[in-house]
Amino acid sequence: MDETKLAVQVADLTVAYQEKPVLWDVDLDVPQGVLMAIVGPNGAGKTTMLKAILGLLTPAAGHVSIFGKPYQQQRSLVGYVPQRGSVDWDFPTSVLDVVMMGNYGKLGWVRRPGAADRRAAQSALEKVGMADYADRQISQLSGGQQQRTFLARALMQDAQVYFMDEPFQGVDATTERAIVDLLKELRAQGKTVLAVHHDLQTVPEYFDWVMLLNVRRIASGPVKEVFTDENLRAAYGGRVGFLNKRQDP
Amino acid sequence: MSSAQIEIQLIGIVVAAACALPGVFLVLRGMAMMSDAISHTVLLGIVLGFLITGDLESPWLLFGAAAMGLLTVSLTELLNRTRLVKQDAAIGLVFPALFSIAVILISRFARGVHLDTDAVLLGELAFAPFDRLMLFGALLPRSLVVMSIILVINLLFILALYKELKLATFDAGLAAALGFSPALIHYGLMGMVSITAVGAFDAVGSILVVAFMVAPAAAAYLLTDKLERMLLYSVGLGALGAVGGYWMAHLMDANIAGSMATVIGLLFLLCLLFAPERGLLATAARRQRQRWEFAQTMLTIHLLHHEGTPEAEIENRLDHLHDHLRWEPAFAQGVVQRADERGLVRLENGSLHLTEAGRGLATTMLTEKR
Repeated sequence: MDETKLAVQVADLTVAYQEKPVLWDVDLDVPQGVLMAIVGPNGAGKTTMLKAILGLLTPAAGHVSIFGKPYQQQRSLVGYVPQRGSVDWDFPTSVLDVVMMGNYGKLGWVRRPGAADRRAAQSALEKVGMADYADRQISQLSGGQQQRTFLARALMQDAQVYFMDEPFQGVDATTERAIVDLLKELRAQGKTVLAVHHDLQTVPEYFDWVMLLNVRRIASGPVKEVFTDENLRAAYGGRVGFLNKRQDP
Repeated sequence: MSSAQIEIQLIGIVVAAACALPGVFLVLRGMAMMSDAISHTVLLGIVLGFLITGDLESPWLLFGAAAMGLLTVSLTELLNRTRLVKQDAAIGLVFPALFSIAVILISRFARGVHLDTDAVLLGELAFAPFDRLMLFGALLPRSLVVMSIILVINLLFILALYKELKLATFDAGLAAALGFSPALIHYGLMGMVSITAVGAFDAVGSILVVAFMVAPAAAAYLLTDKLERMLLYSVGLGALGAVGGYWMAHLMDANIAGSMATVIGLLFLLCLLFAPERGLLATAARRQRQRWEFAQTMLTIHLLHHEGTPEAEIENRLDHLHDHLRWEPAFAQGVVQRADERGLVRLENGSLHLTEAGRGLATTMLTEKR
């Protein structure tokens, strides 16, 4: 793997909430151009890991690099899609406005978005099939439309690596399809995506790499190699109903 | 109108505008009560500043007060972060503690000075025109000058950092990921609230500061779904409350600050009731309309279900709806009448038939994935 360019490199990452470890000594190497699912049971530390990588919380130990440099120097290369439920959708603003927020990082402090940002936001909305919703007040969106708005905002960031926290959570079939297409398109452009994912059934279909996490890293690598019953059992304990239903090829 | 009357109203308008601007962000962040805490605890900053400088006019008082506002915020967060005390309880613990220290200090060391606690709570707007200072060759009321400066500072702050304030309020996580420190923006906003509270409470008292910060913003939130307009409407509503309150006090010979707070409260109540889309009346009307529409849809589906079957004769009779859809006869009558007017059903000899439109509605509702 030394030959491939590593998009994300995490070493010895440990996060604790008041001496209680939530992530324990996690190592992770993600090569450029893969779609990686991060799976694990509730409380496994999936969201915490994303937040620690993005510097949204301070780890007790470890370090993170994006294309070989600390995150703080590589902000412009990173796109972030938080959990849909993490914001107040009654906030008085429009869909286009939320999408434009993706460009705020490039604008820097004080500078205001202009007509070019508007056009970019509109075309990002077109990519997620939301072109007609630009002027809609965000409280009028369905869950799937909210998610697509967030994805359009991430596209505005025009990043190299995307971190997505449960992009498929509670969305309708149309949106799920749209997200999958978008992920594939991002991969075709050589972008890297790390997404927290809940539905084990769709992992092999939607992603090519996977990380199994349960406070510690159980395994990570290409889906074909590491998405095994043994690793799943190790991550979920005996609690994977999915395993019993799955028919091994 | 005498010039004193005009001046008092002007002061009211400027204070209302200066308070409404940060108030919008407090309300959107769910931190409205922080305005209550800060507008009281700044008194401690003023008292300490006075005890150190011995001068009530010293600009250090303003700095001391602003610092005390920020201390209130950080103490609250410190308590909250222990996870042993919730945010609202933390505010309730910090604010009386700091405020009562100020009250004790005043009663012990600053008795006889202008800092009496009644004035802190209610202000002395009626006397504001008597306290004047020279500026640009004109003798202007001190509070008008001070508050105008603070209004300009608030305006500049929001104009400069509008996009940052919006982002950090809507999605603090993304703000942090993009490198806009939400903590910095948060404390900037709280500093603005503190300075505004200090400047305003001398003129209008802390109760009115809270009313000016929270009520216009909460009312504007009901009137619009655009942040720019929410800011604009808050300023307008606050100013209206200030002028209306002045005249109410004039007519009733009552306390001016109290009257202004009352009028702002009434303006909020009007918005709560009559706001075009989110008001209580509009919501009730919408619910009522949806109830009738839903009932009509139920009716068409019921009719479609039994259409062409042998039991249709019994099921699809008007007087039978009571048994099958559990509708009171009067309600069933209403639904059928409305469905008939919309051209969804036909009533023939007490038996109901779907029209083409009614069949269409029922089929779409049944097949629509939701």
